[in-house]
Amino acid sequence: MAVKQVSIFLENETGRLADLTEILAENNVDLNAVTIAETGEYGILRCIVQNPEEAVAALSGKGFMASITEVLAVAIENKPGAVNQVLQALADAGIGVKYIYSTIQSAKGEAAITMKTTDQKRAETILKNAGVKLCEMEDLK
Amino acid sequence: MIWNKEMECADRETMRAVQLERLQATVKYEYENVPYYAAKMDKAGVKPEDIQTLEDIQLLPFITKEDLAANYPTGLFAAPMKDIVRIQSSSGTTGKPKIVGYTQGDMDDWGEAVARGLTMCGIGANDVAHISYGYGLFTGGLGAHAGAEAIGATVLPMSSGNTARQVMFMQDMKSDVLCCTPSYALTIAEAVEKAGIKPEELQLRAGLFGAEPWTQSMRDKIEKGLGIRAHDIYGLTEITGPGTATSCIENNGMHICEDLFYPEIVDPNTLKPLPVGETGELVFTTLCKRGMPMIRYRTRDICYLMDGKCACGRTSIRMSRVFGRTDDMLIVKGVNVFPSQVETVIAKFEELTLNYKILVDRKHNSDTIELMVEFADGLEIDDIEFVENMKRRVEHALRDILQIGCKVRFLNAGTLPRSEGKAVRVEDRRKYE
Repeated sequence: MAVKQVSIFLENETGRLADLTEILAENNVDLNAVTIAETGEYGILRCIVQNPEEAVAALSGKGFMASITEVLAVAIENKPGAVNQVLQALADAGIGVKYIYSTIQSAKGEAAITMKTTDQKRAETILKNAGVKLCEMEDLK
Repeated sequence: MIWNKEMECADRETMRAVQLERLQATVKYEYENVPYYAAKMDKAGVKPEDIQTLEDIQLLPFITKEDLAANYPTGLFAAPMKDIVRIQSSSGTTGKPKIVGYTQGDMDDWGEAVARGLTMCGIGANDVAHISYGYGLFTGGLGAHAGAEAIGATVLPMSSGNTARQVMFMQDMKSDVLCCTPSYALTIAEAVEKAGIKPEELQLRAGLFGAEPWTQSMRDKIEKGLGIRAHDIYGLTEITGPGTATSCIENNGMHICEDLFYPEIVDPNTLKPLPVGETGELVFTTLCKRGMPMIRYRTRDICYLMDGKCACGRTSIRMSRVFGRTDDMLIVKGVNVFPSQVETVIAKFEELTLNYKILVDRKHNSDTIELMVEFADGLEIDDIEFVENMKRRVEHALRDILQIGCKVRFLNAGTLPRSEGKAVRVEDRRKYE
């Protein structure tokens, strides 16, 4: 049920991010979700796109180190406490969250959160048992 | 086996007496036969008769590669051309090559020096010496050749190139020792593997490698790939060629033929002599050469000397491997920094490539040094913690080696400009006005 995320290493320089999105635009890559983890000098941009392999190939040829990481994406109802339900289930099972970010809301009005945990396999089982809906790539369009 | 026990195992007192006598003769001969150096000595206010002890060598002016360039082609020859039996040459840094002339006596001493080195490899008259250094003006091929002839080995003058033929001869002629550059040894080892030949099927048991810097990982690959023990051989054309020093079975420094070549280590900044064990620039004085003697020739190579008796039985002073060249040396915060030191650190991390650049600058009257280095292609980075950990580890390793802090900046694979010739590794942005 894992979703494929593209991770890209970035030097923290003005314009570097625009260089990257330019390549994505040229290759017709639609960003469904995007987040950046950064220090003063570096960033790692993580994004969900529908054609991750093509995005990686396009970026690799242009001086960006891009790779694919499997992450979990879960559908979230648009109401208070929805995110907490997911995270509480993981916390109770002793699973840590390495990072988490939300996708752009889909046309259907649904949202999803994407995350990487300390134990992806168990997290998947725990969440399924908790009645959380796990998303496929196309759910994130 | 020791080729020349009398000289290689002499006690200190005897060796120093030999060295002093030969030094005095060399200085007198140079003063009388090379006007350029005589003028240098006059300017320094030193006469041949002022050399009364070995330490008096410090009174003598240095010879540099600039002196060789200024005297191109034969201005520093001391013997008349009728006595010069050989010319060898190496590339100079400023266009004109360095030209070196040898008398027959010089040729014999060169053979003697390499003979000692081959004997250190356990090679003798019953063995086949496979010489894959280039033959020609470069001293590698003909130098190793002279040594192999001196010990009465069967010489295979292969020269370099045509690797498939090298492997065939090595196998069919049962070569015992391979003499070539370490990088070519690696090429031969790869060809051997490709040909499906196991190292133990070769008779080869030793290698005598030099003429370029090499790393421990190269040594391991060569030794394993060819099933041999690798020995270092050091030398430079200006002094004679390969054989000035060679490492023995103990692999603990290279034994210098110090009755022929007198070594000193000097501080590259002050040019003051440094005690044994301290790292600095290697300086050689030839003690027997007559074609073109070199007095206090600055090799630009950085290393240190080791004294004391070696477990192999030799007493001759040893030199460490060469850490770098003064030409590449940077002085940052008053500390000497060599790109080669930085390179050793980078090579320890498989996450990094040897595509790097060292940036030196001065901010608020203080020097800064920064290393820009590319990540290895294909590395999967999804974790900022990974990057920060790497940064900490590399900076720590650099501080250990350089003794000063060096900031590290990682770059995407393939982003540093590639050069066609020699890579530009250092950018010094400091301004001194």
